Amino acid sequence: MFLVSRLAASSALLFLLSVGVFALLYASPGSAVDALLGARPRTAETVASIEREYHLNDPFPQQYAYWLSSAVRLDFGVSIRTGEPVVAMFQRQAPPTLFLVGYASIITMVFGTGLGLLAAYHRGTIVDRLVVLASVVGASSPAFATGLLLIFVFGVVLSWFPVYGVGTGVFDQAYHLTLPAIALASTSVALVAKLTRAALIGALEQDYVAFARARGVGTVRIILAYGFRNALGPILTSANLVFANIIFGVVLVDVTFGLPGLGALLVSAVSFHDLPVVQAFALLTGALIILVNLLVDIALLVVDPRVGFGRSAK
Amino acid sequence: MRSSVSYSRGRSIWRLLRGSPLLIWLSLGIVALTVALSVLGPILAPNATQNDLASSATPPGSGHLLGTDLLGRDVFSLTIAGARNALIGPLIIATGALVIGNTLGLIAGYLGGLWDSLIMRFVDLIYAVPAVLVAIVILGLVGGGYFVSVAFLTAFFWPQDARIVRAGTLEQRARPYVEAARVLGIPVWRIMLRHIWPNLLPLVVANSFLNFAVALVSLSALSFIGLGAPPGDPDWGRMLSDNRTLIFANPAASIAPAVMIVLVASSMNLIGDWLLEQLSARGRAH
Repeated sequence: MFLVSRLAASSALLFLLSVGVFALLYASPGSAVDALLGARPRTAETVASIEREYHLNDPFPQQYAYWLSSAVRLDFGVSIRTGEPVVAMFQRQAPPTLFLVGYASIITMVFGTGLGLLAAYHRGTIVDRLVVLASVVGASSPAFATGLLLIFVFGVVLSWFPVYGVGTGVFDQAYHLTLPAIALASTSVALVAKLTRAALIGALEQDYVAFARARGVGTVRIILAYGFRNALGPILTSANLVFANIIFGVVLVDVTFGLPGLGALLVSAVSFHDLPVVQAFALLTGALIILVNLLVDIALLVVDPRVGFGRSAK
Repeated sequence: MRSSVSYSRGRSIWRLLRGSPLLIWLSLGIVALTVALSVLGPILAPNATQNDLASSATPPGSGHLLGTDLLGRDVFSLTIAGARNALIGPLIIATGALVIGNTLGLIAGYLGGLWDSLIMRFVDLIYAVPAVLVAIVILGLVGGGYFVSVAFLTAFFWPQDARIVRAGTLEQRARPYVEAARVLGIPVWRIMLRHIWPNLLPLVVANSFLNFAVALVSLSALSFIGLGAPPGDPDWGRMLSDNRTLIFANPAASIAPAVMIVLVASSMNLIGDWLLEQLSARGRAH
């Protein structure tokens, strides 16, 4: 029942998203034809071909249906700027971004939960205070500021890492993308550490933890099996926030480090008013965020069966 | 649990501050400095936007404390002048979020029923929107600008306020003083504004500090991408993107605004977190 209502809500959101993304065509200044012509000369032939290609003379719902039926087959038309199919541009720019996001996600999971556990375990000590302070500063630092400071310290002053480029091969790529990945992950590490700490402290205050201690259950087992398991709900809930943050961070990091990723594609598409590319980006990103939200809800159901009965974990 | 602890009086603010840790004093100092810079900017740095192409991208040294940027503008003066953009926009966003969020939260919490479900569905919807990503797409297509970005972000920043205020209102509504006010025939809007809201104010103010920090980071990010402050404007996000290619010639040109963004946002977050902690220690926040 819970799952059905969540699925329905997600589908409704997807529908709203697709209508909104399609309507971007009419949100841009000038007419839809102007938006799609871009820098091409406005002649009777070009206008006619655009009108034919995008079915601009049909009523809005029909135009939308044509557009959506191509979009679900990943056909977003051709770029206004380069004339290249949008999908091909995405395929070319995706690899560095996927590598970067994977790298940053690993950093976030390991250091975010790790630091949170560390702080909760050493609650009230200097370790805890330092983690809390670091997480506040991390959450307050946009990826471009962190990235720039990293470039300066590790790229310019110490010359430990390359400042630009993506590298070739797995190891070289990992080497080149280490600073960008840290910059990208810093905000999410801070968010996850803060949440893990708070959730774990909450869980460790429960009576069953005191009883487990009294029974002589080991510290590691208490933290992991009693504390972490129960703290997992709030941590998972933050996953969608972290995910949206990482996507936004990709845009900033691509610009900061001059990486040829999807973020750079979006920024150039936006500044050239390359509508089909922007639409593809918005639709895919939005759909991904909705999907992640749905997956988080399902994961929550697995971790805490009470969720399905309309009661929250707390 | 006392039902009302007044933080509005000067003496209790002082009592709250006197025992506060060094870090909070430091944060308050940074915020005060930023406010001072944004007010005194034109006096302290009158020539901030003056070009001098003869001394382009010079490193920190004599004549220019933090060196110059590509156009030969003094980085130290630009950083001072940038305080204004870092203060006004986030202040408008945080205040706007406060007004919208508190109004909707009070209505949802006090009136309940259909109002509550309608408003809260709307809150959930807006909360799920990644505001800055949407801003990049929309502002990129229709054209950005500093105050356009501010207005856009304000429209997406209020859901957290609405949730906090609704929860607080629900809790307050059940108390005897609200019942008494209702029996006395005091109008609903007056009960909401004059009786319930003052009790939520400390929580709302603390949350506004956190809103300010996020707003500053988001707004500078938009300026960094080129959608916020226009070229040539003294703005920390803009400076960062304009000067990031000067990382070898004059690193200070991009590092100074980066450090300022991090310092001011961290200070606001630290003050907000600390206020929330003080409130929850008194059993006021949840």
